[in-house]
Amino acid sequence: MDVLPGVVGVVLVTVATLAIGTWRQRFSRTTSDFFVASRSVRPGLNASAIGGEYLSGASFLGVAGLLLVFGADMLWYPVGFTAGYLLLLVLVAAPLRRSGAYTLPDFAEARFGSRTVRAVCSVLVVAVGWLYLLPQFEGAGITLAASVGAPRWVGPVVVGAVVLVGVGSGGMRSITFVQAFQYWLKLTALLVPLAVLLVVWVGDGAPAPASAPDTAAWSLPIASGGGPGLYATYSLIVATFLGTMGLPHVVVRFYTNPDGGAARRTTLAVLVLLGVFYLLPPAYAFLGRVYGEGLAAAGRADVLVLELPRVVLPGLAGELLTALVTAGAFAAFLSTSSGLAVAVAGVLGQDVVGRSRLLRGREGDGLSGIGAFRVGAVLAVVVPLAVSLLTPDVGVARSVGLAFAMAASTFCPLLVLGIWWRGLTAAGAVAGLVVGGCGCGAAIGATLLTGTRGGWTGALLEQPAAWSVPLAVLVMVGVSLLTADRVPPHARRFLARLHTPESARP
Amino acid sequence: MSEPRPQRVRVTGPPRRTRPRASATDPDDDTALGGVYLASLLREQRRLAARVVAVLLVLVASLPAVFHLAPGLADVEVGGVSLPWALLGVAVYPLLVGLGWSYLRRAERHERDYTDLVRERRG
Repeated sequence: MDVLPGVVGVVLVTVATLAIGTWRQRFSRTTSDFFVASRSVRPGLNASAIGGEYLSGASFLGVAGLLLVFGADMLWYPVGFTAGYLLLLVLVAAPLRRSGAYTLPDFAEARFGSRTVRAVCSVLVVAVGWLYLLPQFEGAGITLAASVGAPRWVGPVVVGAVVLVGVGSGGMRSITFVQAFQYWLKLTALLVPLAVLLVVWVGDGAPAPASAPDTAAWSLPIASGGGPGLYATYSLIVATFLGTMGLPHVVVRFYTNPDGGAARRTTLAVLVLLGVFYLLPPAYAFLGRVYGEGLAAAGRADVLVLELPRVVLPGLAGELLTALVTAGAFAAFLSTSSGLAVAVAGVLGQDVVGRSRLLRGREGDGLSGIGAFRVGAVLAVVVPLAVSLLTPDVGVARSVGLAFAMAASTFCPLLVLGIWWRGLTAAGAVAGLVVGGCGCGAAIGATLLTGTRGGWTGALLEQPAAWSVPLAVLVMVGVSLLTADRVPPHARRFLARLHTPESARP
Repeated sequence: MSEPRPQRVRVTGPPRRTRPRASATDPDDDTALGGVYLASLLREQRRLAARVVAVLLVLVASLPAVFHLAPGLADVEVGGVSLPWALLGVAVYPLLVGLGWSYLRRAERHERDYTDLVRERRG
């Protein structure tokens, strides 16, 4: 294995990321720049940035590997990741932007006028953000280990350090350009090797996949195991379709749009970018079935995208293509981690660091906001980094699934009901958030601690979204109806603001 | 992308300690007529969102149930690929983009109609 091309690829991505981040830093002066890029990011750029941030290592590496091993039921991951944006467009994009809040806790406080809801949301944002950062760090370790043979701790440490420098120095404004660059890098890094591999495949006479004994299961888009399998598939659909709108790093991006209409157009552009990107992993899985059966058999399917060029094209060409894919994968970990770090740092900076007297500067001093954000960024990165170094194998796919299920069980009902239903009360919101979050968290915690088990119990615990989301909605609606006399007095006016187009404002 | 770059503004975030107050600059649902207009906008947008979600449920989310009930469908081939792979690997993305595009057009039309009404009333 020639490690040089891979190392060069990773170094180039890291240098480019830092260069774009610091070059843009001179534009980043105010607190508003740090948090929301002063809300002047145009839809095209913003959509590339959202795509770059959203397409994590799970999409870049994981999906193709899962497709190779398990077949069509894993197609629900990319479909769900994309459909989640359609639901976000339809249900929350424009109103969320018009709410004028920085973060999810800001939205909650503005909607309910309640510090308690705000506090619960802050805890949940940090929880979901850390859960999602964990697999990013782990995946970076796996990638560098597979492509250049580095020890497992190198990837997480490099990603953590680069993210910290980028986020801490330029905040949201510099990150926007870095993320946009990384979407196109990721697309190129999958598309170019795929094109070459397809040419080779056609040159080989377009051989059909070596027929595996489980072909029927491979082409059926439902998890195996009858009823529980069908339930697990639907639970995955619920988690990914509804979880996207509740991911803190996704939601925080909407505040960088100039207005509600731009937020909608940005979301539609993201749908297009994601749709183009997710056409590629199934093609890798198909070529993997032709050339890479050995990888799946050896349990190395998660590095299929990295290894396939080497397997198909031995020699320098293969090594160069693998280097390109490695660079893309590294970009995936960097961009998603940066976005999550910004979101978590924003909440930690405002609600934890900003509150503590020790760290707060003079009142009204813009620097105290930026200082708090930087301290928040350190906390946001260092905690999950330490956890990923101390516990090497939490399970990448499971953590990502947990983050989606958690977001779907908490923030999705909060946002949808909060935006469309005037009757939602603070008590209802808190009850639903706590029940949804604890229910989902307990189910996955039980799976992590006691291992997987088959049948209905296993399916219900491993894929809680299909029951925890409806439960959270029911609790929110039920408690709100019981406390109907405590509907916030400004709720009507707030809803009016969310749905009134900017052009109709006096 | 040809539209002029929006003016950069310095914003300070929503007030945290105070609840949003009624003010002259808030959307004008102060009068009975304004309230009616706004309620009808909200109803139309809610209905539109529900329609898109329903289409998504019928066309996409129904697929696991369909293939569970008729597993033989998975053996059907479309252009050399089995049906589930053709549907979920390729066809679903144009569908999602198309749904999003038609939603965007309709939502913006509702808002334009509302803006015209409000402006007319203001004179």
